[in-house]
Amino acid sequence: MTAPSPAARRSSPVAPKYDAIIIGGGHNGLVCAAYLARAGRKTLVLERRPLVGGAAVTEQIFPGFKFSVFSYVVSLLRPEIIRDLDLPGHGLQILPLESTVTPLDNGDYLAGWADPDETRRELMRHSPRDAEAAIEFGRLMHHMAMAVKPILGMVPPDPSSLAPSDLRGLLKLGGHLRDLGAERFHALYKLMTMSSADYLDEWYEFDPLKATKSASGIIGTFLGPRSPGSAYVLLHHYMGEIDGAFRAWGFQKGGTGAISEAIASAACSLGAEIRTNATVERVLVKDGRAQGVVLENGDEIAAPIVVSGLDPRRTFLQLVDRKELPGDLAEEVERYKFRGSSGKVNLALSGLPEFTCLPGVGPHHRGAFSISPSVEYLERAYDDAKYGNFSRHPYMDIVFPSMIDPGMAPPGKHVMSIFVQYAPYNIAGGWDDARREAFGDAVIKTVARYAPNIESLILHRQVLTPADIERITGLSEGNIFQGELALHQLFFLRPAAKSAKYRTPIKGYWQCGAGTHPGGGIMGASGRLAAMEIIS
Amino acid sequence: MSSAAVASILKTTPFHPRTSPLVRAQTWRRWAGYQVASAYEPHPDREYAAIRNAAALLDVSPLFKYRISGPDAARLLDRMVTRDVAKCRVGQVLYTPWCDVHGKVIDDGTISRLDDQTFRLTSAEPNLRWLSMNAVGLDVVIEDVSERTGALALQGPLSRTILQLLTPADLSTLKYFRLVNTTVRDIPVTISRTGYTGDLGYELWVDAERAVPLWDALIAAGTPYGITPAGIWALDLARIEAGLVMLDVDYFSAHRAMIEDQKSSPFELNLAWTVSADKGPHNGRRALRAERTAGSAWGFVGLDVDWTSLERIYAERGLPPQLPTVAWRTSSPVYKAANQIGYATSGCWSPLLKKYLALAHLTAPHFTPNTDVELEVTVEHRRKRASAVVKKLPFFDPPRKKE
Ligand SMILES: Cc1cc2nc3c(=O)[nH]c(=O)nc-3n(C[C@H](O)[C@H](O)[C@H](O)COP(=O)(O)OP(=O)(O)OC[C@H]3O[C@@H](n4cnc5c(N)ncnc54)[C@H](O)[C@@H]3O)c2cc1C
Repeated sequence: MTAPSPAARRSSPVAPKYDAIIIGGGHNGLVCAAYLARAGRKTLVLERRPLVGGAAVTEQIFPGFKFSVFSYVVSLLRPEIIRDLDLPGHGLQILPLESTVTPLDNGDYLAGWADPDETRRELMRHSPRDAEAAIEFGRLMHHMAMAVKPILGMVPPDPSSLAPSDLRGLLKLGGHLRDLGAERFHALYKLMTMSSADYLDEWYEFDPLKATKSASGIIGTFLGPRSPGSAYVLLHHYMGEIDGAFRAWGFQKGGTGAISEAIASAACSLGAEIRTNATVERVLVKDGRAQGVVLENGDEIAAPIVVSGLDPRRTFLQLVDRKELPGDLAEEVERYKFRGSSGKVNLALSGLPEFTCLPGVGPHHRGAFSISPSVEYLERAYDDAKYGNFSRHPYMDIVFPSMIDPGMAPPGKHVMSIFVQYAPYNIAGGWDDARREAFGDAVIKTVARYAPNIESLILHRQVLTPADIERITGLSEGNIFQGELALHQLFFLRPAAKSAKYRTPIKGYWQCGAGTHPGGGIMGASGRLAAMEIIS
Repeated sequence: MSSAAVASILKTTPFHPRTSPLVRAQTWRRWAGYQVASAYEPHPDREYAAIRNAAALLDVSPLFKYRISGPDAARLLDRMVTRDVAKCRVGQVLYTPWCDVHGKVIDDGTISRLDDQTFRLTSAEPNLRWLSMNAVGLDVVIEDVSERTGALALQGPLSRTILQLLTPADLSTLKYFRLVNTTVRDIPVTISRTGYTGDLGYELWVDAERAVPLWDALIAAGTPYGITPAGIWALDLARIEAGLVMLDVDYFSAHRAMIEDQKSSPFELNLAWTVSADKGPHNGRRALRAERTAGSAWGFVGLDVDWTSLERIYAERGLPPQLPTVAWRTSSPVYKAANQIGYATSGCWSPLLKKYLALAHLTAPHFTPNTDVELEVTVEHRRKRASAVVKKLPFFDPPRKKE
């Protein structure tokens, strides 16, 4: 946001003005910049778009209505980042989002409310057994999340390395897992290997409850609720909930873009510089060392450290010449799976839709609606995607941001955010305008099943397919996590065995996006850990 | 079974017909003999969020309210309180404590100058006797209007927008700690730009008979702006962030203290700014002058509890930090090395600042900002100490409060 002053340019014609350049002003790039600046490094962030944030942006697509265009809720943002960067002082303000209502096909609903007694009574209505199981399940998931939590905050040690730091890391990890005890270790093992629906079958009997809980296991992946590996994604999302005790789960005032802006403001106050409308064409490499970057407009900017906040495909296959990389790495990155499977529909509304299952306007409009009436419903939605179509009846996670932050829409009017799964990137015939609108129609038609007056309220509709997500944010194949959160793409294998730990084979060239450990979501962990590796 | 009605011990406020059906989990609390909502929902999160993000509507009717009028009204108050009431102009509001002859605080509240010879005093405890004792020989009328007057606080960044929809008064020119006599819809009210949240906000003073229509008008106009009825739990979080003291929690009235140690001077409550150095004779003047020169034994400050150290003492027991979702009010010792140097009187996890905060009394010289201290925390029945840093109050002071 500040251009280098001519005076500064003149004063140092030879020595690079910057110690580090960050490519991409996504929230991870911004976090990385803030930590580097905090350590006294002169840092420049280069962002392609006119605004920072990447997949965490707020834009007025329709006058007077603010949209969290892509990501819409916060749960995973690391508390240490909030503290270290004093993000509340820069505008972070997270508002509570309390309930989840799942409309059922028989006209009833299943709700999870903010109050445990109210929720238990609600579950009792459907299954007294599940009402009790929920308490134990919650406790186990709490322990699982506690078990994984330290891993999120650590640079993944390489198990094939004999370097002292790796051995120390492995020992610490081994000790940590041993301390879990047999029962919890087995539960963790199951979470790492099972499908979310199978895992939940061990706990619950009420199908819509299983469906709603397993839904968080399919978000952002090309997996169905019965695909092995989806249970881990469930855990990944549960992580935010243990920090729920510290009240960091909910909706950012002003939309998710305000989180990016808070991080950017913190970075700037620490001395980082941010330039928008600055597309990096490629990284300058000489003798196996990064030297700086070349912008699309031909400008060259020198720095001994270049950090890519982009996904692995762009980091390795677009920004640098393949010949700078060992052949097997390039191949590994080519095999790294993106397979975007999510879309988003954002609506500007003249009023609130009424849900048949809970008539009227009420507190439930301040929470989420989950369109997940049964496990079979979700699995069928996946079937459509498997064979190259968008789901005719998709899974949806719906919120009304204007009900939580009245500033998101003009008084009395509303915005509605619909996260949709599945919309495969590789749709048969490819995405075009007609298919996008057909997808949008399928979404609205499915919402209308549960909230019939929706259509009459729509003032404006924005439909985003994975192709649109890729085009606007740069996320390859529209994968919301910069690459699937699949076990073979996690921890010391994220993004690839030879390039974990935020390094690349090119000296001085680093990575800090969600494509690195610990992965996607508005978390900031990748940006922070990368900065700590660079500083150390 | 007797059919005779059982008399309620607690009084209800003029807004009770509206607030009562909203208290979904029957979470009531006592306040000055009244029954008011701790929270309308079982948890205060959303009510608190409304204070900081939209607008919260709080029933603060249990405050004691006195109407003091007559040629000597200003003299009476000036004699009683530590601020200079002679300088209070019509339409102005003063926040002030008042002291006994030894300069120890009896109570604190606001003085509104309604016209040249009429004031309204609010207080946390009954003060009719004290007012009357101070009024000996003066030409004043003191009326307890507590029950006749309903009071609502509308607090939060959108409070002005909502209120302006309902009143002909120009709120953009109503400055912080000023008041205006006006109407809301057609209901006569006094609107003062005051509150107990440290945020942009107003308090509305209304005849008890018109209380319900006032509530209805505010809810109707405020709904598109996210107006949210809020209870005392939410208020308590906000007032800790704002560093505002509470009688019976952070200090005790000099009239009620059993021992000297339970009393505090205004200086010891971070209220030095309310003690006029140049006004005429008033209760406690000599003691306060002496204390101003000699310095105070105690200071009232904020503590910012170090999260990492909290995590450490909980992790020793295999737990993440566990904090109450509402503010606590149990005195907790504060240490420096081996010595206890004071005590914290209330504290909370600040949802806004994402910090664990406390208000504390510390002995000299430890109340200097940025001093490292330790707060006693009970973890699994064991006493532990968390690191904390002394902070100047308030913790939170947004520009919109005065803009
Ligand atoms: C539809 C959708 C919904 C989601 N919902 C949620 C949610 O509710 N909660 C949640 O926690 N997470 C959600 N996510 C995931 C989360 O938003 C992302 O995982 C996260 O924001 C990724 O952040 P990042 O900083 O690693 O990368 P990105 O946000 O991808 O940042 C990369 C940045 O690099 C820029 N860039 C690209 N190429 C160049 C170039 N050549 N030169 C300069 N700059 C360049 C891009 O413009 C972008 O700003 C969602 C994602 C999507 C797409």
